[in-house]
Amino acid sequence: MSAEKFSNPVVRWIDHRLPVFSMLDHEKYDYPVPKNLNYFWNFGVLAGLALVIMIVTGIVLAMNYTAHVDHAFSSVERIMRDVNHGWLIRYIHMNAASFFFIVVYIHIFRGLYYGSYKAPRELLWMLGVVIFLLMMATAFMGYVLPWGQMSFWGATVITNLFSAIPLVGESIVTFLWGGFSVDNPTLNRFFSLHYLMPFVIAGVVVLHIVALHRFGSNNPIGIDAKGPQDTISFHPYYTIKDMVGIAMFLLLLAVAVFFFPNAMGHPDNYIPANPMQTPAHIVPEWYFLPFYAILRAVPDKLGGVLLMFAAIFVLFILPWLDRSPVRSARFRPVFRIFFWLLFIDCIALGYLGGKPAEGVYVVLSRIATVWYFLHFLLILPLLSVFETTRPLPKSISEPVLATAKGVA
Amino acid sequence: MANTNSKPAKSATDPREVGRRDFIVVATYAMGAVGAAAVVWPLIDQMNPAADTLALASTEVDVSKIAEGQAITVTWRGKPVFIRHRTADEITRANAIDSSELRDPQEDEARVQKPELLVLVGVCTHLGCVPLGQKTGEVKGEYDGWFCPCHGSHYDTSGRIRKGPAPTNLEVPPYTFLSDAVIRIG
Repeated sequence: MSAEKFSNPVVRWIDHRLPVFSMLDHEKYDYPVPKNLNYFWNFGVLAGLALVIMIVTGIVLAMNYTAHVDHAFSSVERIMRDVNHGWLIRYIHMNAASFFFIVVYIHIFRGLYYGSYKAPRELLWMLGVVIFLLMMATAFMGYVLPWGQMSFWGATVITNLFSAIPLVGESIVTFLWGGFSVDNPTLNRFFSLHYLMPFVIAGVVVLHIVALHRFGSNNPIGIDAKGPQDTISFHPYYTIKDMVGIAMFLLLLAVAVFFFPNAMGHPDNYIPANPMQTPAHIVPEWYFLPFYAILRAVPDKLGGVLLMFAAIFVLFILPWLDRSPVRSARFRPVFRIFFWLLFIDCIALGYLGGKPAEGVYVVLSRIATVWYFLHFLLILPLLSVFETTRPLPKSISEPVLATAKGVA
Repeated sequence: MANTNSKPAKSATDPREVGRRDFIVVATYAMGAVGAAAVVWPLIDQMNPAADTLALASTEVDVSKIAEGQAITVTWRGKPVFIRHRTADEITRANAIDSSELRDPQEDEARVQKPELLVLVGVCTHLGCVPLGQKTGEVKGEYDGWFCPCHGSHYDTSGRIRKGPAPTNLEVPPYTFLSDAVIRIG
C-alpha cells in the first residue's frame, strides 16, 4: 500500500521491491520533532556533515599520500604544491577536523545544558561519548601522518601514556610502535587505522541515530511531546532550519580555509620529523588541550593518565550522576550556574593546556582539574537532591500560548 | 497527515503566486547544483597528473654513443622509448615495401628525422606490453623489427605493424635534436 504514495512509476516499482523511498519518506514526514527546537539542535546534522567532508577529502588525500618515514613529509608538501587543488583539499581536511570538534563540543554542551542524557536517552548519550572517543583517536592518528615535528613528538608522547600502566606498560608501548621507537611501522599502522576509524564512527553514528529516533529529540524545555500539537514534521521545517546552519557552517569553514588555514595548527609541524630533537614546547592540537591540562596537572605518571581518561569516562556515567528528574537547565536555576562554571572551567583547562607546564599554570591547572571532577562527582549528585526546580510547563505548546496571551 | 501539511499549499486563486514560488525553488536547486559541481571538480581533478609529474614529461638523451645496429631503451613519462641506430640494410628494407599495403599505412621517412635514428615508444599498440627485439638474441619477429610476446604482434624495422592483433604502428614520440648528439623527447 505504501508504494501508492509515489507518483513516479519507477520509484513505485523500486519501492515495492526495495522500500528505501518509504523509509526516507517516513523519516522526512512521519518522524515527529518537537516544534520548539532552537539552533543548538543544528549541531548533530553539522557533525554528520563534518564527518562526510572528512571522509571525502580524506579518501582523496590518501590517493596522493605516501605512508613512509622518508616520503610522508614530502608527499604532503607535494599535495600542497603540485597536486591539482591539493592545497585546497588538504586545508579543507585540516580545518574541517577542527570544525568537527567545535561542532561536537557545542553538541555535547547542548546535551549537558538541556539534560539530553537523561532517561530514556542514556544509551543515545553513551553512544555519543563513544563517537567522541573514536574521533579523538582518529584525529590523533591523522595528525601523525604529515610526519612533522609535532606529528612525531605528539605520537611519542601519546603512545607513551600507555607506559604508565604497571607491569605491562612497556610491552604495550613496544606493541603499539611495532619497534622500540615511533618509526615506520608506527606510521604505517596509524595510516591504516586512520583510514578505518571514520567508517567505524559512521557505524556508531547510525546507532546514535537509531537510538535518537526511538524517543525523538529532546527540546529546550526538556519535557516530552504530548501529542501532534507539540510536534511538526522533520521535512520541510527542520530540513530548512538545518540548511541555515549548514550554510553558516560552510561559510565559516570557507573563511578558515581561504584566509586562516593554519590558524588552528602548529607551525612546528612544517618542520620534518627529527627523532633526535624534541621541539622546545610541544602541544597537542587545540581540541585535546583540556585533557592535556588534566594530564599535566597530576604530579604522578600513572595518576595523570588515569585522570585524563577518567575525564572522558565520567561522561559515560553522567546519566546516573545527575538524577534530577528535570532535564532542561531552564528550570534548574542552581544547575544553570554550575553549568556555566563548568563551561568556564573547560575553557580554562583548554587555555592552561596550551601554556608551559610551570609556575602558576600548574597550580591553576590543578584547581581547574579538581573543579571538573567536583562538578560531575559531587555537585551534580547533590543538586539532584537539594535543588528546588522551577515548575515545568504542562506541554511544549503551553509557554508559547501563555506568552501570546500575555502580549494580547 | 503530516504529509499533506508539510507540502506548501498551492494557491488556487492566484496562479502567478505558484509561478514565482516555482521560480525560486528551481533557482535554488540550480544554484545548489552549481555549488556542488564547483566542490566536486577539485576532488576529481586531483587525479589528473600533478605539476611535478608534468615537469618530468621530457627526457634528454645522448644518441652519439649508440653504435650502428645497436639499440637503447630510455624512460620517458614512465614508459620505455626505443632508440635504434639502424643499419643501411634495415633502412633499405623499411623502404622496400609499398606502404599502402600496410594495416597502418605510413612511409618510413615520415617516421624518422634522420634515417639512421629510429625513435619509438616501446609500447605495443594492442594492449600495452613492451615488445622484444631491443637486446641481441631476443626474438625480433618475422619482419626483423620487434615482436610482442603477449599476443604475437610483429613490427618491422620501421616499427610498423605487419602481423598480429595490434591496430597501429609503434608510436613515434615528439622529439627534437638539441645538437647532433643530443635529442629531447617530449
